[in-house]
Amino acid sequence: MSATKTLFDKVWDSHVVHKIQDGPDVLFIDRHMVHEVTSPVAFLGIKNRNIPVMHPEKTFATADHNTPTINQHLPVADPLSANQLRMLEENANEYGISYWGLGHAKNGIVHVVGPEYGITQPGATIVCGDSHTSTHGAFGAIAFGIGTSEVEMVLATQCIMQPKPKRMRININGKMSKGVTPKDVALFIISQLTTSGATGYFVEYAGEIFRDMSMEGRMTVCNLSIEMGARGGMIAPDEKTFEYVKDREFTPKGADWDKAMAYWETLYTDEDAIFDKELTFDGSLIEPMITYGTNPGMGMGISNDIPMANDVQGGATTYQKSLKYMDFNEGDSMMGKPIDFVFLGSCTNGRIEDFRAFASIVKGRKKADNVTAWLVPGSHKVEAAIKDEGILDILTESGFELREPGCSACLAMNDDKVPAGKLAVSTSNRNFEGRQGPGSRTLLASPLVAAAAAVTGKVTDPRELMVELV
Amino acid sequence: MAYDKFDILTSTAVPLPIENVDTDQIIPARFLKATERVGFGDNLFRDWRYNQDNTLKEDFVLNQDKFSGKILVGGKNFGSGSSREHAAWAVYDYGFRCVVSSFFADIFRGNCLNIGVLPVQVSAEFLQKIFDATEADPTTELEVNLKEQKITLLSTGESESFDINGYKKNNMLNGFDDIDYLLNIKKDIETFAESTPL
Ligand code: SF4
Repeated sequence: MSATKTLFDKVWDSHVVHKIQDGPDVLFIDRHMVHEVTSPVAFLGIKNRNIPVMHPEKTFATADHNTPTINQHLPVADPLSANQLRMLEENANEYGISYWGLGHAKNGIVHVVGPEYGITQPGATIVCGDSHTSTHGAFGAIAFGIGTSEVEMVLATQCIMQPKPKRMRININGKMSKGVTPKDVALFIISQLTTSGATGYFVEYAGEIFRDMSMEGRMTVCNLSIEMGARGGMIAPDEKTFEYVKDREFTPKGADWDKAMAYWETLYTDEDAIFDKELTFDGSLIEPMITYGTNPGMGMGISNDIPMANDVQGGATTYQKSLKYMDFNEGDSMMGKPIDFVFLGSCTNGRIEDFRAFASIVKGRKKADNVTAWLVPGSHKVEAAIKDEGILDILTESGFELREPGCSACLAMNDDKVPAGKLAVSTSNRNFEGRQGPGSRTLLASPLVAAAAAVTGKVTDPRELMVELV
Repeated sequence: MAYDKFDILTSTAVPLPIENVDTDQIIPARFLKATERVGFGDNLFRDWRYNQDNTLKEDFVLNQDKFSGKILVGGKNFGSGSSREHAAWAVYDYGFRCVVSSFFADIFRGNCLNIGVLPVQVSAEFLQKIFDATEADPTTELEVNLKEQKITLLSTGESESFDINGYKKNNMLNGFDDIDYLLNIKKDIETFAESTPL
């Protein structure tokens, strides 16, 4: 028997409660996060079955998808949203689940607050009824999105049933060039793999480029794993990870910490472990990226031209339908295209480093008149850091306003909707038709590209605005 | 929740020959505000089905009288995007019991199985045959036989087998649900929980 294992195998195998022959594994879940949109029917389910939540202390609730990003102190105006928020609060109270609702000091996007308070830990299994749960893989956790039936399973039994995914490793060495951020690395990978290239796999990101990244950068990369179809993505924990996790509210302390560390230090892929698929890219070739179509795989280096239908894999009809929706043509250059909206935020790019990056470009410049900008911190903690670090002053001087935390225009369930036909540069994760509002057109990009667009009013290469470091 | 048993389904099909149909198309986020599992079918493919003034888009397949049935046939990479089970609920609530494609996104596939909609993955060639046949003659019927794991184009008799794991197959044939299974092994889970480090 071979003892060599991948990081993924180590964490997965140690959480299998039961193997079903010719069926899925029963997987124990260490941390479960819930939000207002995908949980009410699950709570209703256990209510109808008349069973309790098995481990309320392992479930954490926050309100984020539906919440307004201005005037959060006022009652929520939309009655349907208000109802979902009320249901979450009632359910959390009834079942004894920790609840960080609207207005709570720890409120924020579920995938932003999880790491902030140490709910997210290496080697854990983490699920949430939201596909970008993959974010938490940055800590060497197995984290993935689940459907509402599975939310009900976790509430009822602290387990879900999942067939074990295959293993893929994506190796990228080299350094990130000027103007390139973790978001660009992720968009680059997706553009190479397409949106279904990793379906059926769980991805491990390895190599210098990820080792060099901050924890927040790793979160951005893992967050986007789902956009290439992967069940999730993860990065082996290292000193940076332990340093980040240490002393947060929900992380182990004292002797428990030592015990946890003893486990966490075993979390790496053994040298000769085998992956079902391995891909390698040269990181130094990655440019600032931008998408031009209606899925995150339709991305390219910002200075390139939109590919011709004949040159892309897959159906030309679908490709042309997509360009038609975007009102772009094959061969168009993206640079210089006038834009209407900029959205900085989401669980992909709504953390403090993203606001620092945005501010580094807009500093000393003015917001373009033709641009409406929504700057939405991922959590109250991020919001506080923006103020403490003086970033808010920079933003205000440049003509920007800061909104209150939430998912906001990432999925446009609240009032932050991009109007039909308008073009938005967005740091979120999906550019699907209508994702940011019916008829909206989305260009996915990094906070630097978003900032460059916000001050010039058009698609602009951020490298042109970056001060040369001597 | 428990759902209807699935055995043999014979039905006409609704063709949607578009690739990468994502969950935001299947049901846009703004329609996810319900707290009960009812009424999602009305908003299935909302923005492809309706104009902004809520009038019907005549050329969309669900709005063409000639197409109907319990089987939805979609292009490659069907259901990509979010984990919202509402997408599967919308498909079910509209009246579909089976979705056929040459490739499914993982979470969507799992969600379908969990609520009693059968995802049937066929080869790209067979998918094209189904598209061609149903578009040429919308009364063309498909037979989906779960027990035999076989899908047949009844007009020509051509068929293909499809995969499903034994556990899920048994669940669907009998209308069983996972929570009942898990509750049955609750003791094992409790023992396991005591030994977890985190
Ligand atoms: S920010 Fe967007 S992707 Fe992230 S949790 Fe919210 S809706 Fe989902």
